[in-house]
Amino acid sequence: MPSTFDRSVPVWIITAVTLVLLMILPLGWLGWVSISSEQGTTLANYVHVFSDPHLQKALWNTIVLAFWVGLASLAVGVPMAWLTGRTDLPGKRVIRALILASFVTPPFLGAFAWVMLAGPNAGLLNKIYRGVTGSDEPLMNIFTMPGLIFVVALYSFPYVYIMIVNTLELIASDLEEAGAILGASRFRVALTITLPLALPAIISGFILAVLQALALFGSPAILALPAGFHTITTQIWSFFQYPPKVEQAAAFSIPLLLATALLLQLQKRLLGRRGYAGVGGKTGARRPIPLGYWRWPALAAVFAVLACTIALPYAILTKAAFAKAWAQPLSWDNVTLANFHFTFFEYSATRDAIINTLELGIVTATVGAIMAALLAYVTNRRLVPGHQALGFLALAPVVIPGVVLAVGLFIAYTKPPLVLYGTLAILFVAYLTKELPVGYAQADTTFKGVHPELEEAGRILGAGRLRVLREITAPLARSGIIATWCFVFIGVIRELSASIILFTPATKVISVVIFDLKEEGQFAAISVLGLFMLAMTFATVLLMQTVLGRDFIGAKD
Amino acid sequence: MKRSRSASSSSSARKPLAPLVLLGVLAAGGASAQDARLPEARREGKVVWHTSLALDSAQRLVARFEQTYGVKVEVHRTGSERILQRVVQAYSAGIKNADVVNTSDTGHYVFLKRKGLLARYTPAGAERFPAAFKDADAMAWGWRAFPLVIPYNTRQVAGGDVPQTWRDLLDPKWKNRLVMSHPGYAGSVVTQIIALEHLFGWDYWAQLAKNRVMLVQSIHDPGRTVLSGERAAGVSGADYGPLYTERRKPGAPIAAAYPRDGVPFIFSPTAIMSFAPHPNAARLFTDFILTREIQQILADSEGIYVAHPDVTYPADRPKLSELKMLVVDPDEIDKRTEEVKKRFVELFGA
Repeated sequence: MPSTFDRSVPVWIITAVTLVLLMILPLGWLGWVSISSEQGTTLANYVHVFSDPHLQKALWNTIVLAFWVGLASLAVGVPMAWLTGRTDLPGKRVIRALILASFVTPPFLGAFAWVMLAGPNAGLLNKIYRGVTGSDEPLMNIFTMPGLIFVVALYSFPYVYIMIVNTLELIASDLEEAGAILGASRFRVALTITLPLALPAIISGFILAVLQALALFGSPAILALPAGFHTITTQIWSFFQYPPKVEQAAAFSIPLLLATALLLQLQKRLLGRRGYAGVGGKTGARRPIPLGYWRWPALAAVFAVLACTIALPYAILTKAAFAKAWAQPLSWDNVTLANFHFTFFEYSATRDAIINTLELGIVTATVGAIMAALLAYVTNRRLVPGHQALGFLALAPVVIPGVVLAVGLFIAYTKPPLVLYGTLAILFVAYLTKELPVGYAQADTTFKGVHPELEEAGRILGAGRLRVLREITAPLARSGIIATWCFVFIGVIRELSASIILFTPATKVISVVIFDLKEEGQFAAISVLGLFMLAMTFATVLLMQTVLGRDFIGAKD
Repeated sequence: MKRSRSASSSSSARKPLAPLVLLGVLAAGGASAQDARLPEARREGKVVWHTSLALDSAQRLVARFEQTYGVKVEVHRTGSERILQRVVQAYSAGIKNADVVNTSDTGHYVFLKRKGLLARYTPAGAERFPAAFKDADAMAWGWRAFPLVIPYNTRQVAGGDVPQTWRDLLDPKWKNRLVMSHPGYAGSVVTQIIALEHLFGWDYWAQLAKNRVMLVQSIHDPGRTVLSGERAAGVSGADYGPLYTERRKPGAPIAAAYPRDGVPFIFSPTAIMSFAPHPNAARLFTDFILTREIQQILADSEGIYVAHPDVTYPADRPKLSELKMLVVDPDEIDKRTEEVKKRFVELFGA
């Protein structure tokens, strides 16, 4: 195909413009504003945010929260991954489905549910505990740091689980069996052979869980603020109280950004160092380790965890949605459909929030999937010089926590030339930036799975690149791209941490409306909208599983 | 994508109800139905209303206005402090999406006036309002008012334990049993903090913080939290809306104590913004919410005290003349809001 036109030029121009709009402009403004004052350039904002004892406490709380969430996620995620990945534990399919459900449950909904379950006095579990034991003290108080760690870990451990289950898939059984032949017990094998092999994945799972906890806004806002303490994210949000202290918000965002970037760099190093024999190829068959009489206690433990992430929260949300008074038993005279009527027909914010959310979800997922697919195609087929850099850039936004991104976008797009604040466009930019790395990773996997030799065969038979793309690559990559779309869509409809700063009264989304309702303690309407959100999410998951023919957290049967 | 969307019920959804709208207009009586501003308001299409009125009450009022005039209300309900933040933040970014603003922080109107953001408008019948509901500059009008009281759960608090004064709440027996709203969100709490500071000094709030009070956002949440049994009593409960209506239900485990040392009395003014994109609809709406009919409904069904002199109050409402009311000067609230929020965070942690 002789051509005088260098096709890399448009690719690079489009990428550069997009990147400037999505990342460089907001982050540049963020950095600039953090060192600005009315008197010119200054470090005063940093001095202020790091010397104020109240803000120091918020920093420290965040570190405590993230560290313990990381550990707790390991404590739950590692054994679960081992049990479902390596042993003959029964019910693996159900367990994986439930972990998948935990993975897609918006953490802030989990936090709402746990307020109703474990509020120290009105929480259902505490009431039951008091009734059974006669104690005056609650079993657990969710409005504490341990309570917050517990709830955040419930929805962070799937990151550890997925990381490790995928690695265990790659570890051949030979080494473990060698250990067993030499007389080691099952658990000694697990501890001295499997564990070291999986160590990079474990540490990197820990880092992922820590990152989740660092960036989370909803759960601390629901559980920490009533108890009178802040984390970095809730503190950044409260800087926007009138009069807004945007400079301080910016200065307080930078450490969060740096911490995220450093942790991700660390994780990349760990995963990049694949010097472990036996991991990385499918050299041998995997035979499940028999658990013997430990099967049932192990299964009970797994289901106990999943009860905390799925069964109990979903049950209490359902109860609150149908109850006149959520804290009262669900007797016949406490059942009502009025909450649904109020939420969908009387409360006028609902309808537009649903439309906004769907519109943003569909547009972002479509644009995101197309962008991710094009970038992944270009990088995988090395179509332009510098294609590695493209891949890096597509993944780069992963270091930006939602709240930080929002502060940057807020500063960048509330002033001319591009006033996006007050429109859905600013939310679209936020969501696209946030979801691009996830979308790219998924699309990248897809194109890695479509071998170039099929395309080459088409080219040899005389088809042009576009025709090959249309008739060979696209059909082969289709299900992968649909999965990318679904990934982005799920991420968008549950987004809260960026939305809470970027929305205006006319551009509310469902998560923001839920948060508004929370201000008034309207648990019934929150539960109705929460169930609606879950229904949308699971419909998307089902669609994705149908096109992929498997679930998306790895592990083929 | 760049267009903003209104957060109100759409007109298309209401079209089949046109006869009903007409009925409503007729039922509303001659004067309002033939209001000369109505065609203008209809042409403007809607009125954007920011209010801190309890959500359910606000939705009911909106439904009435829409039925009467066939003009949409885009209602945004949130806490007073957040209303100010959202309206001013949007306005600074060049977004003019506020017609009528109603918050429970009288200091806001001092502030908005100073910034030149309020329009002058004297609603119909305003000359008869009591002095406390009037504004010398004819910009902000006291639309409604309510006392701040101590809600308590009757299953957890009874007899001699029911708080009689604000100082009763300082007793260590209330540790971990109290809930209050946050002055960064609820405007009326800013007024309450200043009112009690006048009586007892900041020491009162410092000592109260030692009882580890649960912090919520809206002034209506303490009542709900107490009703659910999560906390035994509330430091700040708006005595209207949910707290009033729930209390009226037979067997509901909730009551409200009026402290002897004084009840902070909160005025919630209404004003039209100088940049209102729908000025005619805004005036129509302002007149509407100040009519005797609507004010009587607010008094009867929500327990709200109102500006209109002809409104009568339900038998279970205390007479204002019998209350020892604590009222704070709007100028003082305006001046001290920052200080109040800062000290509150220092004392209560968040």
